[in-house]
Amino acid sequence: MSTALDMPRFVRAKQVEALPPPNLARGPIAWVRENLFSGPFNTVLTLVVFYLLYVSVPPLVRFLFIDAVWTGSDRAACRADSGGSEAGACWAFIWDKINYFIYGSYTISERWRVDVFFALLAIGVAWLLWLRAPRRDLGAVYFFWIFPVVSYILLTGGNADFGVRFWIGFAIFGALLIALFAFVATLLKTSLRPALIMGGGIVAVIGITLALVDIDFGLAPVPTSLWGGILVTLLVATVGIVVSLPFGIVLALGRRSKLPIIRMASVIFIEFVRGVPLITVLIMANTMLPLFLPGDITVDRLLRPLIGTALFASAYMAEVVRGGLQAMPKGQYEGAMSLGLNYPQMMSLIILPQALRIVIPGIVNTFIGLFKDTSLVAIVGIFDLVKTIEASRIDPNWAAPTIGITGYAFAALFYFIFCFGMSRYSLGVERRLAAGQKR
Amino acid sequence: MNSVQTAVSQTSSPKKSVLYDPKVRGIFYQVVLVAAIVFLFYVAATNAIENLQRAKIASGFGFLNNTAGFDISQTLIQFSAAGGTYGDAFVVGLLNTLIVSAIGIFFTTILGFLIGIARLSKNWMVAKVAMVYVEVLRNIPLLVQLLFWYIAVLGTLPQPRNSLEMGAGFYLNSRGLFMAKPIWGANISVIVAALVVGLVGTFLYRRWARKQQEQTGRQYPVGKVTLALILGLPLLAWIVLALAGTNPISFELPRKGTFNLTGGMQILPEFVALLLGLTTYTAAFIAEVVRAGILAVSKGQSEAAGSLGLTPGQTLRLVVIPQAMRVIVPPLTSQYLNLTKNSSLAVAIGYPDLVQVFMGTVLNQTGQAIEVVVITMGVYLTISLVTSFIMNIYNRRVAIVER
Repeated sequence: MSTALDMPRFVRAKQVEALPPPNLARGPIAWVRENLFSGPFNTVLTLVVFYLLYVSVPPLVRFLFIDAVWTGSDRAACRADSGGSEAGACWAFIWDKINYFIYGSYTISERWRVDVFFALLAIGVAWLLWLRAPRRDLGAVYFFWIFPVVSYILLTGGNADFGVRFWIGFAIFGALLIALFAFVATLLKTSLRPALIMGGGIVAVIGITLALVDIDFGLAPVPTSLWGGILVTLLVATVGIVVSLPFGIVLALGRRSKLPIIRMASVIFIEFVRGVPLITVLIMANTMLPLFLPGDITVDRLLRPLIGTALFASAYMAEVVRGGLQAMPKGQYEGAMSLGLNYPQMMSLIILPQALRIVIPGIVNTFIGLFKDTSLVAIVGIFDLVKTIEASRIDPNWAAPTIGITGYAFAALFYFIFCFGMSRYSLGVERRLAAGQKR
Repeated sequence: MNSVQTAVSQTSSPKKSVLYDPKVRGIFYQVVLVAAIVFLFYVAATNAIENLQRAKIASGFGFLNNTAGFDISQTLIQFSAAGGTYGDAFVVGLLNTLIVSAIGIFFTTILGFLIGIARLSKNWMVAKVAMVYVEVLRNIPLLVQLLFWYIAVLGTLPQPRNSLEMGAGFYLNSRGLFMAKPIWGANISVIVAALVVGLVGTFLYRRWARKQQEQTGRQYPVGKVTLALILGLPLLAWIVLALAGTNPISFELPRKGTFNLTGGMQILPEFVALLLGLTTYTAAFIAEVVRAGILAVSKGQSEAAGSLGLTPGQTLRLVVIPQAMRVIVPPLTSQYLNLTKNSSLAVAIGYPDLVQVFMGTVLNQTGQAIEVVVITMGVYLTISLVTSFIMNIYNRRVAIVER
């Protein structure tokens, strides 16, 4: 009771002045205080980073832009002793050699063909990577069949000139193949029509491909020894992806197979390739491929590293695809089987469309790695971008102290733009797929 | 299940063709695959034999005993053009690969962890700088980076006579990094013995401490004692010996001559460039691994630790890091493997690693492509397989035990 009587003593009689509002709860200054100077340790850290940036960024900007030489036709512009500037990058050199960096020594009058190849490649990549593009199935056909064939004809000139004997041989082969399909169909007591369609389809695809390569389109032939620069870099990367995706899927399916020998063969191939550096694979392709073929067949010098990189990329792709296959719930397999689908139908209609969708980020990441790895073909003497820069760097016309660093800065910029773009894309896809999962 | 099937097959009228039996089909596919592989190998082998005979190239591994006749710029064992065999050259190359990989792994781990933790820093500036580092280094091919370091940075270093003096006996010039070379005295064995005693003592002490903790719950200062035993004991031995007037380690400093530096230890510019490139490149990947690993430990874990009364330091040391390591270690090992495999890019800048010496010079001199390629790939494959074997054991040990 007494407490109640005492209460009034504790109640203020006078109004207290309101506290001033916390002045730095939001706004740029508060943000800086919270994120950069929230404690003594953080303050020191921030100052150290500021100092590092102060030491590194302004000289870099000065070298790359402010003091850089933008125009000039030979080394005089970039040499101090002949009135030029040595303080900055020599972009005039890049500008002077840009055609060599893009096309290598490709015949000058035929360079429009390379441009068309770049455009076709861009269309194919956009079609496949844009998730909401119309008719993506046609896009796959384009990218994995039409585009390679057209590119081959464009770049080499086509006109393989097989001759009549070859075509007679092909006709016999085709007839035999269709007959084999028909024979198997009768053996299995299934209807003949699908077997004939399948056999005919395979023969038709191969035949059309060969015929296109054989036809003389009037394009002047350009030997691969003249190709170079960004053309070769993109070519190696494209061949890598076009071959490695289907081959990687086959290897991944092989690794998940229940048949022991098929599984073992896939595992051995994958683990073997993943266990050795790419450069050894390239050197192997370079030195051993000619050994393994009959003496009178020579392998094009550009084709050897292409085979090497394609095999190498396939093993890595296989592991990515396997990840997707393993992520598929078992119910999907069981559901497909209970519908009465056979193995190819189950895989191509149910499992792979879902599994591949999950691993798009992984596929793109593999592709980034492959794209960076294409620079290694320079070591086995192929004139890709890095090698063309190497070759231009020692050009006496452009003998200046800043040439080397400028050349590599250009290469670094080129690779960075491509790889960074792809990694952003894969992040975006990842986020989209995750959004579907979250709900 | 089985009884149902037999029941069905008894009632259903036509017996299915044996060709529809999955078992038969499986055997058929596998036979086809084996036949194709055997055929491929057969064709390759016969062609190879024929081509080798035509080119008059010997086969077999006898060439390993032939005199090499070329010099290697960095040798960890005795090797000379006159006396060394191809086999010795192989060992030299292998050791060079291993040493650059080992030192690279050491530095890249430190740098990678630092940057990975920096990416998670609450300090906006630090996090952003770390992110820029990772994005830039990850998206430029290692080869370009190596050439950049080698030609654009190290290539612009001054001639030996104008060497950059970095203090403490370190000099930098176009021939590489020069530093003091330790010369082991006669009684170095005492220090080695002290180190061994320290290691054995640490092992025994840790075992005893763990047993004590399990029985009584008392904790002993394991970390401090380990440091004292392993570092302190040899250091003490050194000091005692030095005071007694018999210093076991002396340093030979590089001296500046008119044209060159003499004495001391020289580290090739190729080695420096390769090490720099490999370390900074791999660190970007390790940083991402570390970041992912730390983020994978759910926030509830550190909250629970806090509610148990652990200090932030203890939370990090006893709760977060052990769980993060479970996620970090497998991809970390694969980054170590990548670094080892990437060290083969040494061939581009002329560091005498296994690929440069063996697949380059030896292959060109002998022409025995098959043997050389098989040996080189075998080495890398062995390293990979041994590492993944150890990894699997580790994984089994740290995996979460699920009921």
